[in-house]
Amino acid sequence: MSSLLVAHTRYLLLEQLRVPIGLVASAFFPAASMLAFVVPFAGQDPMAATQATGSMMLIGAMSAALMGLSITVAQDRELPWNPYLRTLPAGPLPRFAGRIITTMITMLVATIPVLLIAALFTEATITPPKLLLGLLALLGASVPFMLIGLFIGFVLPSKAAIGVSQVVFFPVAILGGLFMPPQIMPGFVQAVSPYVPARGAGELLWAVTAGSTPNTVALIMLGVWTVAAALAAGWAYKRDEGRRFS
Amino acid sequence: MTVLARTVEATRRYGDVLALDHVSLDIRAGELVGLLGPNGAGKSTLINLFVGLRRQTSGTVELLGGSPQDPVVRRGIGVTPQETGLPESLRVGEIVDFVSAHFPERADKTELLGRFGLDGLVKRQIGGLSGGQKRRLGVALAFAGNPRMVFLDEPTTGLDVEARRALWDGIEDFHERGGTVLLTSHYLEEIEALAQRVVVVGHGRVLADDTVRAVRDMVGVRRVSLDADHLPELPGVLATEREDGRIHLVTTDPDQLVVELVRSGAPFSGLEIRPTTLEEAFLAITAKESAHV
Repeated sequence: MSSLLVAHTRYLLLEQLRVPIGLVASAFFPAASMLAFVVPFAGQDPMAATQATGSMMLIGAMSAALMGLSITVAQDRELPWNPYLRTLPAGPLPRFAGRIITTMITMLVATIPVLLIAALFTEATITPPKLLLGLLALLGASVPFMLIGLFIGFVLPSKAAIGVSQVVFFPVAILGGLFMPPQIMPGFVQAVSPYVPARGAGELLWAVTAGSTPNTVALIMLGVWTVAAALAAGWAYKRDEGRRFS
Repeated sequence: MTVLARTVEATRRYGDVLALDHVSLDIRAGELVGLLGPNGAGKSTLINLFVGLRRQTSGTVELLGGSPQDPVVRRGIGVTPQETGLPESLRVGEIVDFVSAHFPERADKTELLGRFGLDGLVKRQIGGLSGGQKRRLGVALAFAGNPRMVFLDEPTTGLDVEARRALWDGIEDFHERGGTVLLTSHYLEEIEALAQRVVVVGHGRVLADDTVRAVRDMVGVRRVSLDADHLPELPGVLATEREDGRIHLVTTDPDQLVVELVRSGAPFSGLEIRPTTLEEAFLAITAKESAHV
C-alpha cells in the first residue's frame, strides 16, 4: 500500500517537475506581489511585514490548491490514461493521496521565494519553531482550498476549470485580506471578509507567525468551509465515478 | 481447464441503450481468444466489465475466480492503455517502473522492453517516441506484472506490417508460455494469425463462438471470383470487391449465384469458387444479424 503511494507520488511529481508551469505559476505570483506591494509598503514594520509574508505564502498555496489541483484533476479525467490507471491493481486512494501530497510539495516550494524576499528585503522576523508551525498552519489552512479545487476539477471540463478557478481565486484572496490587510479595506469588504475562507486561513497563519489575535468568526467560517467543501468534493467525486465507471 | 474469465448472463445498459444482452462466455487458462465485432457491438463494454472499469447491470462477471472490482484480483491481469493516453513527460523506464510497482511479480524491465522491440529507449521521454513505439510500449505495459491473462484492445492499430509482426511475436511468446489472451482487432488477419478461438459479438450478443476454422466454415459463405467487365444485379451477394480486374463476390449460395449469372447472359471468364476468409465470414454473420433486427 505505502509502496503504491510512493509510486503514484513519484510519478505525479515527475510530471509536475518536467512541465513545471504549475510550479512556476504558484511560486512566481506571490513572489512578484511580495516585491511590488509588501517590500515598499510594509517592509519597515516587523509586525506588518511578517503578517504580509504569511499572506503571500497563503496566496501561493491557494493558487496551487485551487488552480493547480482543479486543472490537473480536470485534465486527468479527460485523458484515456485515466481509465487505464483504474485497471491497475490499486484503489483510488494512492492516486488521490499522491495528488494531495504533490500539491502540498508545490505549496511548500512556492513559499521559498517569498520567504527569501521577506528575509532579505523586509523587517519580517520569525523564530525557526514559529516558521515550522507557520508552514504546518499553511498546509492545514489550505485543506478547504484543495477540496474546492477537487470539486471544480471533478465537476468541470479542464478549459472551464482554468477559468472558474481563477474567478474564484482572486475575489476570495482579495476579500480575505491577503493582498491588503483587512483593516484598511472599505467597510462593506470588512463586513464580508470573515465569511470567506481566505480570511480564516489568513487569521490562522497571522496568529501562528506574527502572534496576532485571530478573528473568531473567520476561524469558525474556515471550519464551516472545510466541511462544506469536503462534502461537495466527495459528492463530485462520486458523481464523476458513477457517470464514467459504474 | 480452469476458467480465468467468465460472464454468466451479463447484461449492461447505458440508459436506454443495451450494450450487452445476456452474454455468457468462458475464457479458459491458456486460450488465445479473438473478439470480433463491428463498432458499437459491445466488444469494449465486455472488456470493460472484465477489467473492472464498468459494472454489469445484471448477471455475473468473474475474473480469476473473484470480482474484477477487487484490486487484488486484478494483480493477475494486464491491460493495454490507449496509445494516445501515455503521459508524455515521463521516460519509458519510469512508466514501466510505475506500472510494475502495482504488481507482486514484475517482469524484468530490460527484457520486457526488448521483447517488444524497445531496446535502448529506457531513458527516452514518451513524448519523443514514434506512434509505433508508443503503441508497442502500451502493449508491453500489459505484460509488466507477469500476468496470467492479458486484455489487448486493438493492440496493433496504426502499426506498419513489420511492427505488427514484432508485436504478434511478443503476444505468441506469452501464449506459448501458458499465458491467456483476449484480443480485439480491426484486422481480421490478425485474429486469424493469432487466435485459436473466435467470439463474434453484434448487437450486444455472442453471434458465434468457435475455432477460427469453424467460424469460417459455419456460415457456409463462399467467395466466387471471376473476370468480367460488367455484372448485373445478382441475388444473395453479401459483399462485392474488385481487385486487378477480377470481381470477388461473397455469397451463402454459390450454386444459385452461378445459375443466375449464366442466366443473365453477361460474359465472364475464369470462374473460381473458394472457401472464405474470416473477414468474409464475419461480414456474413453480422449481416445476417442485422437482417433479423
